[in-house]
Amino acid sequence: MSQPRRARRAGRVRGRALLLFRLARQDIRHHLAQAVLLVVAIAAATAVLSLAFALNGVISNPYQQTMAATKGPDVVAQSGDDPYTGLTSPADLAALEALNHAKGVAAHSGPYPIVGDTGPVGPVMRSTDLVTTVQVEGREPGVAAVDQPKVTDGTWIRPGGVVVERSFAEVANLRLGQTITLNGHPVRVVGFAVTSAFGGFPGTSLIWATEAAARGLAAKADPLSYISNLKLSDASPRAVSAFVNAYGLKYSAPADATTPFLTSWTELAYGDAAFLRTDQAFLFTGTVLLGLLALASVAVLVGGRLAEATRRVGLLKATGGTPGLVAATFLAENLFLALVAALVGLLAGWRAAPFISKPEADLIGTPGAPLLTLVTVAVAVGLALAVALASTLVPAIRAARMSTVSALADAPRLPKRRDWLIGLSRKLPLPALLGLRLVARRPRRAIFSAASIAVAVMGLVAALAIHAAVDNKFAHLGRSGGLVNPEVPRAEQVLTAITISLVALAALTVIFAALATVLDARRASAVTLAVGATPQQVRAGLIMAQVIPALPGAILGLPLGIGLFKVAGHGLNGLPPAGWLVAAVLGTVVVVAALTSVPARIGLRRPVAEMLQTEAT
Amino acid sequence: MNDSPTVLVHAKGLRKDYGSGDGLVRALDMVDLDVNRGEAVAVMGPSGCGKSTLLHLIGGLDRPSAGQLSVAGQRIDELSERALAYLRRDEIGFVFQTFHLMDELTAQENVELPALVAGFSPNEARTRATALLEQVGLADRARHLPSMLSGGQRQRVAIARALVNDPGIVLADEPTGNLDSASAFDVLSLLADLHAKGLTLVIVTHDERIATTADRLISMRDGAFVDETRLTGGSRGDLSTFAEWEHLG
Repeated sequence: MSQPRRARRAGRVRGRALLLFRLARQDIRHHLAQAVLLVVAIAAATAVLSLAFALNGVISNPYQQTMAATKGPDVVAQSGDDPYTGLTSPADLAALEALNHAKGVAAHSGPYPIVGDTGPVGPVMRSTDLVTTVQVEGREPGVAAVDQPKVTDGTWIRPGGVVVERSFAEVANLRLGQTITLNGHPVRVVGFAVTSAFGGFPGTSLIWATEAAARGLAAKADPLSYISNLKLSDASPRAVSAFVNAYGLKYSAPADATTPFLTSWTELAYGDAAFLRTDQAFLFTGTVLLGLLALASVAVLVGGRLAEATRRVGLLKATGGTPGLVAATFLAENLFLALVAALVGLLAGWRAAPFISKPEADLIGTPGAPLLTLVTVAVAVGLALAVALASTLVPAIRAARMSTVSALADAPRLPKRRDWLIGLSRKLPLPALLGLRLVARRPRRAIFSAASIAVAVMGLVAALAIHAAVDNKFAHLGRSGGLVNPEVPRAEQVLTAITISLVALAALTVIFAALATVLDARRASAVTLAVGATPQQVRAGLIMAQVIPALPGAILGLPLGIGLFKVAGHGLNGLPPAGWLVAAVLGTVVVVAALTSVPARIGLRRPVAEMLQTEAT
Repeated sequence: MNDSPTVLVHAKGLRKDYGSGDGLVRALDMVDLDVNRGEAVAVMGPSGCGKSTLLHLIGGLDRPSAGQLSVAGQRIDELSERALAYLRRDEIGFVFQTFHLMDELTAQENVELPALVAGFSPNEARTRATALLEQVGLADRARHLPSMLSGGQRQRVAIARALVNDPGIVLADEPTGNLDSASAFDVLSLLADLHAKGLTLVIVTHDERIATTADRLISMRDGAFVDETRLTGGSRGDLSTFAEWEHLG
């Protein structure tokens, strides 16, 4: 007896699933453009999220490739010096030489003399169009056992010929064969090279010369210090860290200690990937903002579609569909689209990752395609489903609760009434009167519009603030002599891409809201035209219905953007000029008006008589 | 063109087509019509005969495909959208079968809307709306939303709205079509009173009893006038007939 009952239940479930599938497929086919827009909105958020996650897997790749190609050291040791004069004593040098033979050291190179590595100044380099201070490391012309910089162009050093670290050479615009001066001594640039023993520009402006040339550049204000490169028998992060702790200078050491200062390869790799971590932080912040915008965008879109789907809801209920089934049809379709969006976003993020994880010029190699981990997929899919669920739930419940009779009659949802807003509107010019009354009819939509504008302006203001502050902080570093930090354009590219995504998604929300408002206001617009309003006045009213929530949204976006900059700006200081902020608000309002004017014009294209007859209920 | 000051509406060879090619539908075909000031004209005919289309053209809600049409001396077929809007605002009042009231506005706010659109001050618009609601017997319902009013009361609000800018003519499209008999009688009485005070009326209906309340009855079929009868006795006398019919019915 229970077997047939179970079979019947299973049949019912299969039947419902088939019905849901058919309804969803049919609706997507009929509203393909809206479905595509919904996928785009959610995919933008998941793409940025998966991009941020994808960077996790590639941050250390280029450093390790460079390390392998240059016999990179596991530990770089720098001689101790007098904290007041910067002079390296014979005892300091002896301590460094002793470290070359410490337990656990498998190979070493150095000590090499280096000038400009301590103290506020360094040797002055002059080229055709640049004067800046640099660091010069003295090396032997032969091949070193550890840290042999990889020459990418030209040849290795020789007397009278220097090799310039590649990232510095790029920003200093140096050419092979060019003659430069170091403290007034002319030398020829014979090569460009990379190393894993030093971070690239702007942390270091490194030039390799012969040891004799390096020693010759030392001065009282610029004393020599020494560098040793150590290869350990166990290069694991744990073993290297233990070595550094055992032999390195401790903060508690006395001022006259001769212990060398040690830097592990893990610290160097971490420093080299700093720009990626900055990008990653921007991407995670961008994900949150895009997720919020997608939520508003999809909510407005789904809410607008409910108005169109009223009759279908009535038919479904009249033929025996339960409220649960009605809600399920709404949810199923949008959850399916969210899944598609998650996959599109994952794919887009995965394909875009190599572009933004391309290493700086101080490293060689390529980051390779990032791995799509289970965590990345799960988080992206979770985000997409959460956005779809949160934005569809209210319209789905509303559809489920709709009266069958009024749904069949395709009766418009009764607008809300706000006494004070209607009272206030009476005193305003006609477009503002109409706009404010439209806002009062659908406050939820107005809130979503305002929220999406606030989020977009927040992102825009944060990007402007970071743009201004990054320029201030990095573009004029002491050693770089006015050269532009190559990290700045990269960070700004990422920021610009996120900001463009935010603005595009906000624009999409405005268009969705405008379309929904125009559709919802068809009858009100027709009646207003019938009683003597001009089409221009009604069109202006529809535009005002979008501008009214956009203005407070844009104004709210200013402090939110500054707050976001303070939180996510990594300690950067400064604000964009007030003129930029005012322009951001006014520009937003103008763009909203322009975006709304198109659906408003389309909505009022039909003759008033036709609009009135269509909307007669 | 008839430029007589007594002629408010003048139509000559009026035609209205919808669609094109094989799908062309001729809703109005060579219609000639004059409506004098103070006259009540009823246009009667079955559904789809073109009577509502005629009303929409007279009211400037749509444009004719051919022919001449003037209202209050202005050629509707030649006016810009903006000028048409001004004509609707100043000269024409509409009463629709489905009322077309704004659901979120009270009776008073619905009535004052055209006055605000016409540029009257909020105070003036409120004064006019209050007086008209008083006139249509709904002073005590001024703050009610349409959903709280009966069908007859809604239509009386719609009539008050049609009158708020002192129009030259009121166009009523099946004004009693959605009402029960008692409410229909109330609405017709109101229209009859307004007509007696000199208001020009064009009423479209498919109900013969309502049509006989007018000064002139025009019958339509397939987009053309097929009969025109000048009635005697005026609207007041015929309304009592309407009431008698209802009573007998």
